[in-house]
Amino acid sequence: MDLGEINPILLVASLMVAATPLLLAAIGELVVEKAGVLNLGVEGMMIVGAISGFAISVETGSPWLGFIAAAIGGAVLSLLFVLLTQFALANQVASGLALTLFGLGFSALMGQRYVGIKPPSMGDVHIPLLSDIPVIGPILFQHDPILYVGIAIIAAVWATLKYTRVGLILRAVGENHDAAHALGYKVIKIRIIAILFGGACAGLGGAYISLIRVPQWTEGMTAGVGWIALALVVFASWKPWRVLLGAYLFGGITVLQLNLQAAGVAIPVEYLAMSPYIITILVLVILSADKSRAPASLGRTFHASH
Amino acid sequence: MKFTTLMASAALALGLASGAMAQDKTKVGFVYVGPVGDGGWTYEHNKGRLAVEEEFGDKVETVFVESVPEGPDAERVMTQMALEGADLIFTTSFGYMDPTINVAKKFPNVKFEHATGYKTADNVSVYSARFYEGRAVQGHIAGNMTKSNIIGYIGSYPIPEVIRGINSAYVHAKKVNPDVEFKIVWAYTWFDPAKEADAAKVLIEQGADVILQHTDSTAPQAAAQEAGNVVTFGQASDMSEYAPFPRVSSIIDDWAPYYIARTQAVMDGTWESVNTWDGIREGMVGIGEISDAVPADVKEEALALKAAMAAGEYHPFTGPINKQDGSVWLAEGEVADDGTLAGMNFYVEGLEGDIPQ
Amino acid sequence: MIVLEKRPQPSKAWSYATPLVAVVATMVFGGLLFAILGKNPIEAIGTIFWEPLFGEFAFYYRPQLLVKGAPLVLIAIGLSLGFRAGIWNIGAEGQYIMGTIFGAGAGLAFYPMEAWFIFPIMIFAGAFGGWLWATIPAFLKVRFGTNEILVSLMLVYVAEQFLASVSLGLLKNPEGFGFPGSRNLQSYESAHNAELIAGSGMHWGVVAAFIAVIFSYVLLNRHMLGFHIRLTGEAPRAAKFAGVNPARLILFCLGLSGALAGLAGMFEVSGPSGVVSIDFNVGYGFTAIIVAFLGRLHPVGILLAGGLMALTYIGGEIAQSQLGLPAAAIQVFQGMLLFFLLAFDLLTNYRIRAARSEVA
Repeated sequence: MDLGEINPILLVASLMVAATPLLLAAIGELVVEKAGVLNLGVEGMMIVGAISGFAISVETGSPWLGFIAAAIGGAVLSLLFVLLTQFALANQVASGLALTLFGLGFSALMGQRYVGIKPPSMGDVHIPLLSDIPVIGPILFQHDPILYVGIAIIAAVWATLKYTRVGLILRAVGENHDAAHALGYKVIKIRIIAILFGGACAGLGGAYISLIRVPQWTEGMTAGVGWIALALVVFASWKPWRVLLGAYLFGGITVLQLNLQAAGVAIPVEYLAMSPYIITILVLVILSADKSRAPASLGRTFHASH
Repeated sequence: MKFTTLMASAALALGLASGAMAQDKTKVGFVYVGPVGDGGWTYEHNKGRLAVEEEFGDKVETVFVESVPEGPDAERVMTQMALEGADLIFTTSFGYMDPTINVAKKFPNVKFEHATGYKTADNVSVYSARFYEGRAVQGHIAGNMTKSNIIGYIGSYPIPEVIRGINSAYVHAKKVNPDVEFKIVWAYTWFDPAKEADAAKVLIEQGADVILQHTDSTAPQAAAQEAGNVVTFGQASDMSEYAPFPRVSSIIDDWAPYYIARTQAVMDGTWESVNTWDGIREGMVGIGEISDAVPADVKEEALALKAAMAAGEYHPFTGPINKQDGSVWLAEGEVADDGTLAGMNFYVEGLEGDIPQ
Repeated sequence: MIVLEKRPQPSKAWSYATPLVAVVATMVFGGLLFAILGKNPIEAIGTIFWEPLFGEFAFYYRPQLLVKGAPLVLIAIGLSLGFRAGIWNIGAEGQYIMGTIFGAGAGLAFYPMEAWFIFPIMIFAGAFGGWLWATIPAFLKVRFGTNEILVSLMLVYVAEQFLASVSLGLLKNPEGFGFPGSRNLQSYESAHNAELIAGSGMHWGVVAAFIAVIFSYVLLNRHMLGFHIRLTGEAPRAAKFAGVNPARLILFCLGLSGALAGLAGMFEVSGPSGVVSIDFNVGYGFTAIIVAFLGRLHPVGILLAGGLMALTYIGGEIAQSQLGLPAAAIQVFQGMLLFFLLAFDLLTNYRIRAARSEVA
């Protein structure tokens, strides 16, 4: 055993990469839930994003176009959720689960021709000067561009929710859709936009796995990240910056666990693998004392004639 | 009427009905644990199925069902294939062992082939590949290629199959490089490309410049490529898209020769229950092309090692080899018996850490 | 302009008709999908729906419908009680796993003793395991007000890790040559949940599923507690005035659904499956949520929905091997079925009307 072999700088840098798909999917879902909608189909939207992005970037040779396609792919799938929950007024929990089932199957069908292919590489950004700073450079300034896009989205969501009228309306809709409706806000329209945004973010998260983190296409390759993203939103108590923190914590536990193993520390792997989930539960308990609870209308169907 | 009699008579009726037909067409079923698009384990079994189709053309009909969970679902799929007149059924996952035996009891005239298990019957054969022979070649190359003397190893679950591979690779790396050290990481998943990527990165960060993997995705290859100076080996499939570097060679599962031979045996009426554990010699374990990134002399030695195993002259576990605790496992010149290898649950001397329980 | 108008009462006629409409719509769109994949759509759909019920080998597939459907129904019945009261247990998969571990563990603890009381103890242990796992979110909700959806979902992943751990360690078959997985309970007579009549598919889990359906029907329609459950879901404030104790209701609904999921796991491991292994769970807990909704949270509906899901699984497998359809196409087909069932449900509760512009 030699803990000195763990390089903390590289550990932080790689946990940032490990956390990015989670972070992207979770910030999208956060906006959806802020609008009062619970979409359990994150896993399905991610995997569809993963294959859309992969296919387009292989066909065009451009990872950027791939990511755009992934966002569109995720949003298009979430449109099904919109149809079900906003127009047909179906139950959100069941619709979300159906979306995941459908997405996993659909992505596998789309991806049949793409097994065993290497996608074009995006490469890392190397900002002169900044990336050469010791310690901070490798941690903060030597990543792929999408990682920064993810953080930018978090900042944007935070600013929008906190300082803009749009954010205010979104929160109003999520807190009390009947009141929001009475005030003349278009509840359904706002929720549709939020769901599409969530789908696009999940799609980006999926493509980050298939294009950068792994990169390859195999069926079911998101392997449950979408579900963790759902947990993360709650862990973050619906606050954007806490999503970032939580994603790093979740990603960090996995990376740290592997680091300890490689350093020869005899750890019970299964129990450490459980820990993010147990910690989330603990956080939920601790947060229950906090006032920042779930949006009040979360998961409830809205119909104007109520 | 009792169910088994019902089943048997149905099978019998079918056997009679399809008896006339069977002369021109042999029906072969395949039960897969993953999707054929997994790019690894199931993908390679499906390639074996396609090879059977190509070999026999019109004389054979193959059917498959993919992503079949182990347990009652597998049993149902096998029964269904048998009912529909399959003559030979390949069940390609360890967890199909008991279901295969159960179904085989009900259909004495159908032949079953179960991969990686240990239970046989009159109409059930088992087959598996000596992947550890391929690991020996990898270990040899790895021991020569490493400059940091740290070799990373990504395991799935701590089961005999994986432990055998680790031991074999270590023994042969150590032979050419006494200073070599293995860092072993258990992913605790059969399939999670993102986690495999993390595991590879962690090993690289901790100084490994050679990565061996017992997981099927190309994620470790990509991580190595990004790192720039790390050597990897393809697993299950050739992964030639990462050749010539970082992927310098590979272990390929090649089920085609076996599947063709067993289908032929059914056609000829010579099929018998066997316990097959084939390796490089029989072609079940393939060594992917060793790329030019490997120095010529190392490549030559590796090929010689491969040739010696192919000729049956060399066994990767030939004594003296001690167990991790220093006790003698194999005396000088002694060769490991298959029983011990099949259930291998210990590290050889020199490996650090414990096998998680 | 089309507007929706809420019906004062859910339409009885539509609530029976929508499932049929949805199945027909799925056949049309699914057929289209199969045609795109180059298969004969009529043949494919016929294979999925007809073959298991009335095909040449229906004598085998019909009992299999029971085997495949029973755990789904058993779990879904438990979930539906909670869902009716607005208590969302999403973690039945984890409770199913814990029931499996506890049930099989209890049985294996006695190995190789043969005695009549072993199986009843396993039933109890399985139910207890599931109950315990579901009581964690229930307790946390009652005590701290945490969200049970998330806690129960998190516990699924914890349970999966436990399962891997015991398969490789505690419950590993000592005679299994080091391979993961427990002894096969099918070959341990006292612990074996065998078919009651050979070839019928009827094992104790199927019996339990039918009992659960009846029990749930009686509870909801004839019992005060059932009334409280419905009232809490439909009008929480009224429920408060009616003297419903929300904490007790939460503990009851989650606990019961956990116990039933645990039972489902225990019956599965001791019967059709036989072995505790790393990949033992195949998603019954999640599929059961869908089954509960497809069945409109009604006991009889759930029974039918469980049968329908089982049919698409079994028919899908037949279509795979006979027609070479990829498994993914079957998954998409199931997804479509759910979409249509959920979407057309609208007609039960709402009227669609072409509104005149002055009204809109």
